[in-house]
Amino acid sequence: MIPGTFDYHAPATVDEAIRLLGELGDEAKLLAGGHSLLPMMKLRFASPKHLIDLNRIGALKGIREQSGMIHIGAMTTENELIASALLREKCPLLPEAAKWISDPQVRNCGTLGGDIAHGDPGNDHPAVMMAVDAVFVLQGPRGERLIVADRFFHGLYYTELAPDEILTEIRIPAVSKGTGYAYCKLKRKTGDFATAAAAVQLRLDGGVCKKINIALTNVAPTALKAGDAEMSLTGKVIDEALIEQAARKAMAVCDPAEDQRGNRDYKTHMAGEMTRRAIRQALARAKGN
Amino acid sequence: MAKQHIVFSLNGGVVEILVEPRTLLIHALRETLGQTGSHIGCETSHCGACTVDFNGKSVKSCTVLAVQADGGEVLTVEGLAHNGALHPVQEGFMQEHGLQCGFCTPGMLIRAYRFLQENPSPTDEDIRMGMSGNLCRCTGYQNIVKAVQYAANKLRATQGA
Ligand SMILES: Cc1cc2nc3c(=O)[nH]c(=O)nc-3n(C[C@H](O)[C@H](O)[C@H](O)COP(=O)(O)OP(=O)(O)OC[C@H]3O[C@@H](n4cnc5c(N)ncnc54)[C@H](O)[C@@H]3O)c2cc1C
Ligand code: FES
Ligand code: FES
Repeated sequence: MIPGTFDYHAPATVDEAIRLLGELGDEAKLLAGGHSLLPMMKLRFASPKHLIDLNRIGALKGIREQSGMIHIGAMTTENELIASALLREKCPLLPEAAKWISDPQVRNCGTLGGDIAHGDPGNDHPAVMMAVDAVFVLQGPRGERLIVADRFFHGLYYTELAPDEILTEIRIPAVSKGTGYAYCKLKRKTGDFATAAAAVQLRLDGGVCKKINIALTNVAPTALKAGDAEMSLTGKVIDEALIEQAARKAMAVCDPAEDQRGNRDYKTHMAGEMTRRAIRQALARAKGN
Repeated sequence: MAKQHIVFSLNGGVVEILVEPRTLLIHALRETLGQTGSHIGCETSHCGACTVDFNGKSVKSCTVLAVQADGGEVLTVEGLAHNGALHPVQEGFMQEHGLQCGFCTPGMLIRAYRFLQENPSPTDEDIRMGMSGNLCRCTGYQNIVKAVQYAANKLRATQGA
């Protein structure tokens, strides 16, 4: 399997990449880690006439902290996220989830930006981004705009990104004291996408849940925020009965597609179970902080 | 489509080739350069038979474009032995019967080579996680874990000495 023919461009700066995107229009695609795009090109699900490789743009890499926010370059790879001491301390949910993505070789190539921009509901980072209140920086010919993760994913392979824009950076608030987190993912084997997964980040104050984010992977055309489940726990001292109620509310928003990983009932049920486990683990971690 | 001229380091030597942008690194290695050690298994980034070391990292060369290697450094199974002496990972697979048909072995070896630099003193569990991008349909993995453990011991002994 070989992709169809295309011209290859390897710009050294973001400006040059944006200029190329503008000139080449719909015929062009950005190449990040290539671990979703190249497989699609081999299968002819995508046949761009031009590939604009972002791998030689140093400015799109790296993780740093700036006034309470963690800034992550879109071209930062999964293994770089896992290795980051800064993330482990200030945004621990992200490296925890990255460990569950595929295998070491794939994680050396796949990027945070690519995983988000691809718009595949099977990808893990979209739900994680919702759970950590991430903000995305989109850069295009008209300049830069910011958008929160909750408003970025519109449908299957359909996001807020305009065809001439690049996702350049991901910004995440550093966690505060009393924060707990968990990513619980059910998959059939290494290298498989989630049957269902739940990302939870919560903050306790004096035992009371001040804020909780719950987001689900691969149980609808996009990652999902379980808003009713969140509301049912906010302001409460979370116990088993409340966790059960929240899991039911999370199941109510699921709209999974049936495939070889299971039918709709099974996937919905598993989303509920992943939600229960993730809330319990996040709670235990918040209490340990 | 116009071919592109690329230059990269392969197993310590410099190679120069012309490739179409769509040529995958695995095809450039096997067909253009005649280095058939790295295998093509699934072609879908799952099996790891095509694993090579690229700029100090393990990658699946069926999912990297050859043009992306321009200016880079590639190491394949052909580059592991030195002056006829097997690399400890190769010796480990031989001593511990880490292969049967051998199809997965080039990918296993080049991944084990990098994995043991990332983690020189792994537990068996670490090895299973670190090698999880490489599938083997024959061995049941037990002897592969032993082979990597053998290489880890040998590398520690020689480097510590
Ligand atoms: C065997 C296997 C198993 C996998 N399992 C999982 C899994 O369990 N969970 C998971 O989340 N992923 C999984 N993946 C997907 C993988 O990790 C991809 O790396 C990821 O989905 C896409 O990131 P990329 O950097 O490879 O992007 P690419 O494949 O290069 O690009 C994907 C799409 O995003 C666009 N794009 C990329 N970067 C940008 C940017 N900065 N701005 C705008 N558009 C951009 C591209 O144009 C393209 O359309 C798996 C992949 C494989 C091969
Ligand atoms: S041939 Fe590349 S991973 Fe199987
Ligand atoms: S030895 Fe046959 S596939 Fe591994």
